[in-house]
Amino acid sequence: MNEQTQDSSMTLKLILAWGFVGIPLTWGVIQTAINAMKLFQ
Amino acid sequence: MSLLSILDRSHTVAKPGFSRWMVPPAALCVHLCIGQAYAFSVFNLPMTKLLGVSQSTPADWKLTELGWIFSIAIFFLGVSSAVFGRWVEEGGPRRAMFTAALCWAGGFFISAIGVYAHMLWLIYLGYGVLGGIALGIGYISPVSTLIKWFPDRPGMATGMAIMGFGGGAFIASPLSVWLMSKFSSATHVGVAETFIVLGIVYFFFMIVGSIIVRVPAPGWKPKGYVAPTQSQGLITRSDVFVYDALKTPQFWLIWWILCLNVTAGIGVLGQASAMSQEMFPGHITPVAAAGFVGLMSLFNMGGRFFWASTSDYIGRKNTYFVFMVLGFLLYCAVPHTGTIGSVAGFVICFLIIISMYGGGFSTVPAYLRDMFGTRYVGAIHGLLLTAWSMAGIFGPVLVNYIREYNVTHGVPKAQAYNVTMYIMAGLLVIGFICNLMVKAVHHRFHMKPDHEAERAQVAVAAAGEPAGA
Repeated sequence: MNEQTQDSSMTLKLILAWGFVGIPLTWGVIQTAINAMKLFQ
Repeated sequence: MSLLSILDRSHTVAKPGFSRWMVPPAALCVHLCIGQAYAFSVFNLPMTKLLGVSQSTPADWKLTELGWIFSIAIFFLGVSSAVFGRWVEEGGPRRAMFTAALCWAGGFFISAIGVYAHMLWLIYLGYGVLGGIALGIGYISPVSTLIKWFPDRPGMATGMAIMGFGGGAFIASPLSVWLMSKFSSATHVGVAETFIVLGIVYFFFMIVGSIIVRVPAPGWKPKGYVAPTQSQGLITRSDVFVYDALKTPQFWLIWWILCLNVTAGIGVLGQASAMSQEMFPGHITPVAAAGFVGLMSLFNMGGRFFWASTSDYIGRKNTYFVFMVLGFLLYCAVPHTGTIGSVAGFVICFLIIISMYGGGFSTVPAYLRDMFGTRYVGAIHGLLLTAWSMAGIFGPVLVNYIREYNVTHGVPKAQAYNVTMYIMAGLLVIGFICNLMVKAVHHRFHMKPDHEAERAQVAVAAAGEPAGA
């Protein structure tokens, strides 16, 4: 039980940590991709 | 216990149950922030109008003066990573990340004062010197930690972090433009306020990274991973002391490989917009050229992850052989694409070239780990980054001056880059030869058992509890 709680706590931490860096990075990549599309217009 | 002791390596040893997949986001927290350096040029034009606001006045700063800010920062990146490499390695990643956060934010705050008081030397000192030191320390801070957490996939692990450095500009560029638009008015450009906000945001991000980073306990290894007991080919099982690495030919060969690969890439990266428009007049407009630069940035970032991960399967030496051979062929093909008017061919050539430029950065820590072991890989990587500083000077100078020479000697603009492309291809031939000469490090450079025992004693004393899987 204790191990299970520890596991779910670590999963939550992983989601938070990856979201913390992933969300701004994805936003930046999308902005750049939109800009890059001008090459094909 | 002093408050600062929480920064010690001994306080970052992972407890049981810690997942190693927490470490890449910690590294990304730092690399995404310091990657802002690639987007610093968005401030150049606004900073030429700090006094005139709508247009430059004679008292305003010139673009040539502002260009030095980035150059000083890259110079201090190389210097600080070389000087502080051992300190970073021995002090642990949390202390290094915390220091980098202080310097990075401090650099922005000092630069904000410089903008406010219109004193350029304060920006040289703030963003250039202090920010450059943050770049150096921050860049190498998670490298050896990642390699220790991912002994089975060192290329992929460092590739993820160094990919963040390439991706930092994606966030910084639109964010800076947006902030400046919010802070600007009819009488004010808004650069100083933007610097302050960026300093605060980056400090927060980097501190989060320093909080979540952990080092594995001595002897930890991933579940199911069996470390090879003997050296295999180029991959050593022994460690080389940081300053002993400098005495090996392998260090200098890899130094030249990185320098040449970066010189070839950096030279065209800065000139891509102008080059594409001059080689294809009427076909590539300034707007399309801006899109091309954006696409190159995406490949620069993607290449960092792709090539470093690939190197885990095909080997580091083979990966650099691919960079040199494929790079040579592509550089030779670029003038041909201009001759036949193939925009698609030109774009594809440069996208692959730039992916290998990024790949050169991200694969090199794992190459060093193979050659010199894991103990001082961060510090050795720090010393190697002086190659980047050198390439930062060589690359743009080579492209600019050769183009200038050609144009003044009557070569049409569309063909002015041809010689440069062949020179870049030639540099990669030298890089190929250097890579060919890389052999396993002689055992006389390996750390002796007494060093090992001393190291183990320090590690045991430093470690709190053993880490989990």
